[in-house]
Amino acid sequence: MIEILGYTDRLAVRPGETIEFKVSRETGDGFYRADIVRLRCGDDRPDGPGFQEELVVDAVVNGDYQGRKQEIDCGSYVSIPPAAAFNALAGFELSCLIWPTLPGVGEQTVMGRWSGDSETGMGYALTINSDGKPCLRLGADGKVWRLAFPTPVTARRWYRVTARVESKTSEARLLCVPLEERWGDRPAVACDATAPFVAVTEDTPFTIAAHVVRDARRGWRGAGHFNGKIEAPELRDDEGRVVARWDFAQDISGIAIRDTGPHRLDGVCINLPTRAMTGHNWTAEVMNWRQRPQEYAAIHFHEDDLYDCAWDTDFTWTIPQTLKSGIYAARLRAGAGEDYVPFFVLPPKGVARAPVAFLASSATYLAYANSHDHYEDPVAERCHGLAVLSPADLFLMQRRDFGLSTYDHHRDGSGSCWSSRLRPILNIRPKRALWSLNADLHITDWLEAIGQAYDVIDDETLHKEGLALLENYSCVITGTHPEYFSTAMLKGVASYLDAGGRLMYLGGNGFYWRVAFHEELPGAMEMRRGEAGTRMWTSEPGETGLATTGEPSGMWRHSGYAPQRLVGVGFISEGFDSGSFYRRLPASHDPRAQFIFAGVAEEIVGDFGVFGGAAALELDIVNPKVGTPAHALRLASSEGHSNVYVVAQGEVGANHPGMDGIESPLVRADMVFFETLNGGAVFSTGSIGWAGSLAHDGYDNNISRITRNVLERFIAPAPFAMP
Amino acid sequence: MFKVDPSRIDLAREFRAKPFGRHSDELQRILNFFRSDPVAHNFCVVCTKPHQEWALARFRATSREPVDLLGPVYGSLEDAEWDIFKLRWRRHTGQALEID
Repeated sequence: MIEILGYTDRLAVRPGETIEFKVSRETGDGFYRADIVRLRCGDDRPDGPGFQEELVVDAVVNGDYQGRKQEIDCGSYVSIPPAAAFNALAGFELSCLIWPTLPGVGEQTVMGRWSGDSETGMGYALTINSDGKPCLRLGADGKVWRLAFPTPVTARRWYRVTARVESKTSEARLLCVPLEERWGDRPAVACDATAPFVAVTEDTPFTIAAHVVRDARRGWRGAGHFNGKIEAPELRDDEGRVVARWDFAQDISGIAIRDTGPHRLDGVCINLPTRAMTGHNWTAEVMNWRQRPQEYAAIHFHEDDLYDCAWDTDFTWTIPQTLKSGIYAARLRAGAGEDYVPFFVLPPKGVARAPVAFLASSATYLAYANSHDHYEDPVAERCHGLAVLSPADLFLMQRRDFGLSTYDHHRDGSGSCWSSRLRPILNIRPKRALWSLNADLHITDWLEAIGQAYDVIDDETLHKEGLALLENYSCVITGTHPEYFSTAMLKGVASYLDAGGRLMYLGGNGFYWRVAFHEELPGAMEMRRGEAGTRMWTSEPGETGLATTGEPSGMWRHSGYAPQRLVGVGFISEGFDSGSFYRRLPASHDPRAQFIFAGVAEEIVGDFGVFGGAAALELDIVNPKVGTPAHALRLASSEGHSNVYVVAQGEVGANHPGMDGIESPLVRADMVFFETLNGGAVFSTGSIGWAGSLAHDGYDNNISRITRNVLERFIAPAPFAMP
Repeated sequence: MFKVDPSRIDLAREFRAKPFGRHSDELQRILNFFRSDPVAHNFCVVCTKPHQEWALARFRATSREPVDLLGPVYGSLEDAEWDIFKLRWRRHTGQALEID
C-alpha cells in the first residue's frame, strides 16, 4: 500500500527560484513529515554501494504538515465555456464523426451539455451507451431519458452520428451511419421518439468527449469519457442554423479548439488528448498533418489521458543562493509510508559552479514515467525474467489515473503519445529498480566518491536553453540511458561538441527517439513511436508527425541523425538477464587513447558490477554507414552475452536465425573515443550497465579507473588535436 | 508447436544451476516457451520485503486488477524462478520435476 506520494511543479529549479510541493496522503488525513535531502546514491541493495542521502538540515521547509488525500481528474476532453448562444437553444441538433475504440465499456459521452451523474444529471448529450449503441440522453429534475440506436458501433470504424430534438414537437431523432459501407451492413434507419422534456442548463460548459460533474475545488471535472476519435463536431438549433462548428484541424499544435461558427465558441483541450490524428478523409497521400491539416481534423481522446494532477500545494521552498547543485528530494514520511519527490537544483543561470555537469535525462525519465511495460509488454518476462512487482507497481496497476508512460497502451489499446511530470512518478525515485533516475544515481555516487565537484543540469532545461546551458562546462556527462531527445536538445549537444566541448556518454541506447515538449503546457512531452525501432506500440498509419511541432517522430536515425553521428555508437541489442565484460581492442593501445587506459593493465575490463558486467541491459555499437566518425577509435567491445540479447529490430531489414548474443557478432557494446572540432572530444561506453560497475570494490576497479582517466583529461584545458 | 520433452531433466538442472545468463539453446527454447504466457492469470512475484522476500502471485484476467498471492514465499529471486519453472514444467509436461 502506498501511503504518501507527491510531486513538484517543476523538476529543475535554480537558486532564488521557488518550487512547489504537492502531496497526497493516500490513506487519509493525518500529519506527515517532510525533509529536504540531497541524494547521492539510490541503490539500496545489500550488495550494492548502498543508499546514501544527506539531510539539508537548514532547509526551512523541513517539518510536519497536515496531509489529506488529493484527487486526480484524469481523462481528456474539450470544454467550451457557457455562452448565451447555448442558453438560447430550445431544440438542438448534435452531430459529429466518431471512430470509437472502446464501445460497450460503460456509457461514454461524445458531446453535449450535461452536468452531473449520467443517471441523475441534467442536460443533453450524445453518447455511446454501455451496449455500444449510439444514444441520445436527456436529463432534468432527476429524471433521465434515453433514445438508443438499435445497432452498436464497431471499434475503429468511422461513423456519422446525429441526434436532434425538435422543441415545438418534442420529436427526437437519432441516426448513426457508417461512412464506408462494408459487407454485412444493414441499412441505417433513423430512430424516432417523442422526448418527454427538453433539458436546459445554464452554467454548464458544452463538452466534447466527456460530460462534467460538479467538483467543490475545481468547479467541474470530467466524467463519462469517450475513448476514440472525434471529428467535426457541430451544434445546430432545431431550425438547422449552425450554432457552433468546431474544426479540430485548426491550431493542432496547441490546446485551443476553434469554432468556425457565428458565435466563435472556442474551447480548450483538457488533459492532453492526442491531436494530429488522421481523420475520416485521410488519403494516405501525405504522412504528416502539416501538409494537409484538413486530413488530420480528428482528435483521439482517452479516459486515461492526464496532464496535470493540479493538486493543492502543501509547501513551497525558495532555493537558497548558496545551495550546491545536485539531485535533491523531498523525503516524505507518514506512518510506515515513505516517498522521495526528486528535483534537480541547477546552478544560477549562466554560471557553472563546477567544471563538469551531469545531464539528468529528464526527457527519458518522463518517457518511462509510471510505466507498466515490465509486466505488460511482449519483452517483459522473456527478457527480464519473472515479473517482479513492487508496492508501487501494485498501486499503479489499479490507479491508471496517475497517467501513463510512452511505453504503455491506453485502455483502448492505442499507444500513449504523451507524458507529463505534473504528477507523482513512482519510478523516478531512489530505492527502486536500477533504471532511469535510480541507475543514474550510480554516476553521482561515483562523482562524490572520487571527490569530483559537479553541477546537475537536465534535459528540459537543455531543451529551453540549448548550448547556453552547456557551454560553460569543460565536460558534460550523460546518464545511463539518455534515450529521448528533442531537436533543440540534440542541437544543443551537437553545438557544444562543435565548440570544443567534451561529452562522456556513460550509457546505452541514447539519442534514439525524437520527442518534443509542448509549447503551452510546461512539462508535457510528446512522442510517436513510428513504424520501426524497439517499441511497445506502433503509430497508426499517417500518424508519426508530432502534433506539437509537425516534426516526424520515431527514431532519430530516420530523421537523418543516427546516434552514431553524435556519439559514435548507437543502439543494437538489449537483454536484461545478465551483463558481460569488454575485451580491449588494438585501438586501446593507440597513443591517442593512452590517457584512457593509464593504469589499466587488464585486457578484459568490467567483468563485475551490479548487473554482472559493465556491458549490460542495452548496448550500442559503431556503424560508420550512419555516422560513426572515420577517426573514431573503437577501444573495446563486449562479448559473451546471453541468448536473451538479440539484434534490435530497427537495425535489420528482416528477422532471421542467428540473431542472439551467442551467434551474432553484432550483439556487443563498443567503447569509443574520438576528437571533435575545436579541441573537443567524445567518450562513449555503449552500455546502460556501465555505471553499475563504478562502485565495485570500493570504487577501485578498471571501469572506475577508465572513467576517471577520461573525466580528468576531459576537464583539462588542453585541446584535443584532430588526428 | 514446441513441446517440452519431460525426459530432459538435464535442462531443468541447467536452469536450476544458472537461472540468469547464457543458456544452452535447448534450455532457452524451453524458457522462451514458458515465458510466453499471456499476462492473464500468469505467474509473477510480489516483493514483500525489499531485496529479501518475494511472494508467489498470479495476475487476474487483466493487469488492471490486484494480483492474488498464492502462498509460497522465497528468499531469493533465483528460488522464485526455480519454483515457477517447476510449476510450468508440470503444467506443460504433466509430470512433476522431482529435483530440488
